[in-house]
Amino acid sequence: MEPRKRDKVTGRTTTGHIWNGIEELETPIPKVVFAFLAGTFLFAVLCWVLYPAWPFGVSYTKGLLGFDQRNVVTEQVAKAEAARIEDWGGKVEALDYAQIEADPALMQPVREEGRRLFEDNCAACHGVKATGGPGFPDLTAKAWLWGGSSETIAETIRVGINGTAEDTRSSQMLSFGKDQMLDREQILNVVAYVRSLSDLEPAAGDAARIEPGKEIFAQNCASCHDEDAKGNQELGAPNLTDETWIYGSDQQAVYTTVYNGRQGHMPSWGERLTPLQIKILALYVHTLKAPQ
Amino acid sequence: MPQRADAAALSYRDCVSAKIKCLRYYRQQKKRVSRDRVSLLFMGDNDMISQLTSTERQYALVILVLMSLCGLVMAAGGRGDPLGVHGFVVLAFSVGLAFVLISGFYAPQPDPEQQTQYYDDPTKVGIALTMAWAVFGMFFGVWVASLLAWPDLTFDQAWSSFGRMRPVHTTGVIFGFGGNALIATSFHVLQRTSRARLSDQLSPWFVLFGFNLFCVLAVSGYFMGITQSKEYAEPEWYADIWLVIVWIVYFAIYLRTLARRKEPHIYVANWYYMAFILVVAVLHIVNNLAVPISFGSAKSYSLFSGVQDAMTQWWYGHNAVAFFLTAGFLGMMYYYLPKHAGRPIYSYRLSIISFWGITFFYMWAGSHHLHYTALPQWVQTLGMSFSAMLLVPSWASAGNALATLNGAWHKVRDDATLRFMMVAAVFYGIATFEGSFMAMRPVNALSHYTDWTVGHVHAGTLGWNSMIVFGAFYALVPWLWKRESMYSPKLVEVHFWLALAGAVVYVFAMWNSGIIQGLMWRTYTENGVLAYSFLDSVEAMHPYYIARAFGGLLFLTGTIICSYNIWMTVRAGKALATDNDAEGDIPVFARNAVQAGE
Ligand code: HEC
Ligand code: HEC
Ligand code: HEM
Ligand SMILES: [Fe+2]
Repeated sequence: MEPRKRDKVTGRTTTGHIWNGIEELETPIPKVVFAFLAGTFLFAVLCWVLYPAWPFGVSYTKGLLGFDQRNVVTEQVAKAEAARIEDWGGKVEALDYAQIEADPALMQPVREEGRRLFEDNCAACHGVKATGGPGFPDLTAKAWLWGGSSETIAETIRVGINGTAEDTRSSQMLSFGKDQMLDREQILNVVAYVRSLSDLEPAAGDAARIEPGKEIFAQNCASCHDEDAKGNQELGAPNLTDETWIYGSDQQAVYTTVYNGRQGHMPSWGERLTPLQIKILALYVHTLKAPQ
Repeated sequence: MPQRADAAALSYRDCVSAKIKCLRYYRQQKKRVSRDRVSLLFMGDNDMISQLTSTERQYALVILVLMSLCGLVMAAGGRGDPLGVHGFVVLAFSVGLAFVLISGFYAPQPDPEQQTQYYDDPTKVGIALTMAWAVFGMFFGVWVASLLAWPDLTFDQAWSSFGRMRPVHTTGVIFGFGGNALIATSFHVLQRTSRARLSDQLSPWFVLFGFNLFCVLAVSGYFMGITQSKEYAEPEWYADIWLVIVWIVYFAIYLRTLARRKEPHIYVANWYYMAFILVVAVLHIVNNLAVPISFGSAKSYSLFSGVQDAMTQWWYGHNAVAFFLTAGFLGMMYYYLPKHAGRPIYSYRLSIISFWGITFFYMWAGSHHLHYTALPQWVQTLGMSFSAMLLVPSWASAGNALATLNGAWHKVRDDATLRFMMVAAVFYGIATFEGSFMAMRPVNALSHYTDWTVGHVHAGTLGWNSMIVFGAFYALVPWLWKRESMYSPKLVEVHFWLALAGAVVYVFAMWNSGIIQGLMWRTYTENGVLAYSFLDSVEAMHPYYIARAFGGLLFLTGTIICSYNIWMTVRAGKALATDNDAEGDIPVFARNAVQAGE
């Protein structure tokens, strides 16, 4: 122990300990620290009295306010939901699609909520603007796999495509090459024919393939895509004569489609979204293709 | 007290013999200095090993052989599993060290005189490792920050995906940078404030290299996809077991050295360091209790599930902040700040009650990480109320540090080293205030899951932890290598402003983005529907993410400059001309000991 010294700056004495030159002053604990501690302690006691706090045995103190976060949230959600139903949701639930679409005042909240729902649930696959991408259909286009009326769209959303719902839509483009139904030459022929239907730039040597391709199409493809290749919405088989392509339109892409087959997957939303939300989404998707 | 009595009885002969010893030491120091200059940072391998006694060399060899065997067993048992890869890592690490050891195995025995000096080699190597991890960890920090602004920067590789690189960053900085800094400084502070040499020469190396092996296993594991999915406790069971062994040895060094101390009292810095070691051991063991799916697999399942798992994890996570990132670093601050400022600690009592306050209150507060979750509400109320009281000892510590600077503010103005430490104390105060504020449930309802948390964390880690390490190192490096000053005081100044600017840009960017996010997620339109989709909020973050990446880049640049400056100080710094500093810097020769006639 060293003798206590007086520090010139603070006027305090040191404790007399020195560690490698470090000394400590005997400054008492400032009063403000005690005041601060008392203040926070009071706050803590208040919390303990008002809210659920201390455990004892298999239970705990419930607090004077009878406050329970679960009830609070449940109530708040129910109240907000009720207000929304009263405001406009109830009308959307009750009216049919045509009536809602004819009512611009009602369509306004539908658009708002529809956009939000779409971006939170659908944009990951279909894109923020619903224009799709390779493997995921454009929902703003005029072409539909299953039909573009609001009712049909709602049904597609509810059950999904090749989804998990029992009544899901199922769609299957067969793998003609892999399963050896057609050989390479035959596939090249039918691909040339299909591409010619929508006036695509022919690949080298395609001119001679179109006629034999037409024959193959009639035998293998027409059952699903129809004689005129305009597709069949009962089966989700796309129209092959228009400009929209889910999987790409160059020779290689179409060849891959016919060789390997395709089986797009769209989740079944019926278990995750409420009927009202699905209705709103269908209305929203339907507005996207309307010319503006 | 007894020393004073002894001092009176000192004979003239004692004094003379002590003087001679001093002179001999002085000459030896000079020799060491010039040797250091040639052999740079690590001194030659032989030099490092020649400090070990021959028994220690034999023990070291046995340990390394055992570790190599462990590596072999892991490699064989874990064939076809990432565990096997880690077996080879352990094997390579141990065999590599064994080579170094064997190359100096028959070097001459250490001079018995070495017992009269402090043992600083592990601290020196620890400083080098700290800076290497700092650059590594912060580089990955800048990378993941950039990923959030420009998601394509993964180059389509699995190892460089966000989910794998984020823990590489956090482990790299918290454990690699922070952990090595704590180990390196704790060895230095422990010896100086106890006036005793470390208990032996082998165990400090075991702790330092063992800890770094843990860090290497952790980080290389993430790249391969190994994780327990517990934040800050990602490494799998075998790495966790290894860390427990290392940690026990670490604590033993502390106890054994303190038992040899020549000071009657234990300095407060050591209380903090010991709390850090002890509590981290407890946290680590409990949170990592798990059952491996087989001994040939890296994968394990936690003993906890559901909300118990979440609570255990955040009891761990919160107290890792408290005892790894706070208590240990407060220990650092309590030594280097008063020492460098040349001022006595403002209040001895304040430092003691803050120590116990922090230790006691922190333990209760972990549940503030789980507000509004499935965790029963009474646990949340306790977490919230104890977080409020926690602010008192936190601010008392920050205030004690700042008040210690009274009488040295002119130094703070002129000396960037001291300014680093001052700013660290200020950021510590800010981060703890913010933490207590965010622990209030209504505030947390806004801040939770947003970038605000990230901003808070970095006020702590950049502003407080990093700054105190930089300040401590700029003070410590010239002392250890016996240099007049850092190689370039100007670069210290440049580093200070880069670090401060980087931290401020980072924290402000995240406050902004966090609060905007929080508000966007709760804004409703007149029609009672949410006004924004999640994507809207992501889009709104973009400018702040760019700003954050920029702030991080500034900070990283400063760290690289710091590494360069330290390297050059060791290599080419001007050796201390007069040895008056070194004279006091030996365990048994300090004033009291001479008086005591050691
Ligand atoms: C996981 C990706 C994914 C998500 C998420 C997704 N979809 Fe789809 N959706 C698809 C795919 C793929 C198809 C096309 C299936 C096929 O090719 O047969 C599709 C088809 C559709 C169709 C039918 C288009 C037509 O031409 O008949 C509609 C309508 C649709 N989606 C709406 C939605 C809505 C609304 C949501 C959000 C609630 C949504 N989708 C979410 C992948 C997704
Ligand atoms: C069993 C019914 C079925 C048969 C037979 C069938 N298809 Fe398909 N085809 C589909 C369905 C369903 C899809 C949509 C698949 C999807 O989107 O997931 C499809 C998709 C396609 C597409 C992709 C369209 C786009 O937008 O990318 C092409 C091209 C195509 N079929 C060509 C053919 C050709 C050529 C044949 C005969 C060789 C054929 N299909 C036979 C059901 C059929
Ligand atoms: C009084 C002291 C402190 C209190 C009461 C406190 C409280 C909090 C709170 C409420 C959160 C947010 C939890 C959430 O909503 O996700 C948090 C997160 C965090 N804090 Fe603190 N904090 C304190 C000091 C510090 C300091 C000094 C540091 C750093 C050195 C720090 C590092 C962290 C970290 C790493 C997280 C992130 C956890 C995560 O990843 O979610 N805290 N803290
Ligand atoms: Fe916390």
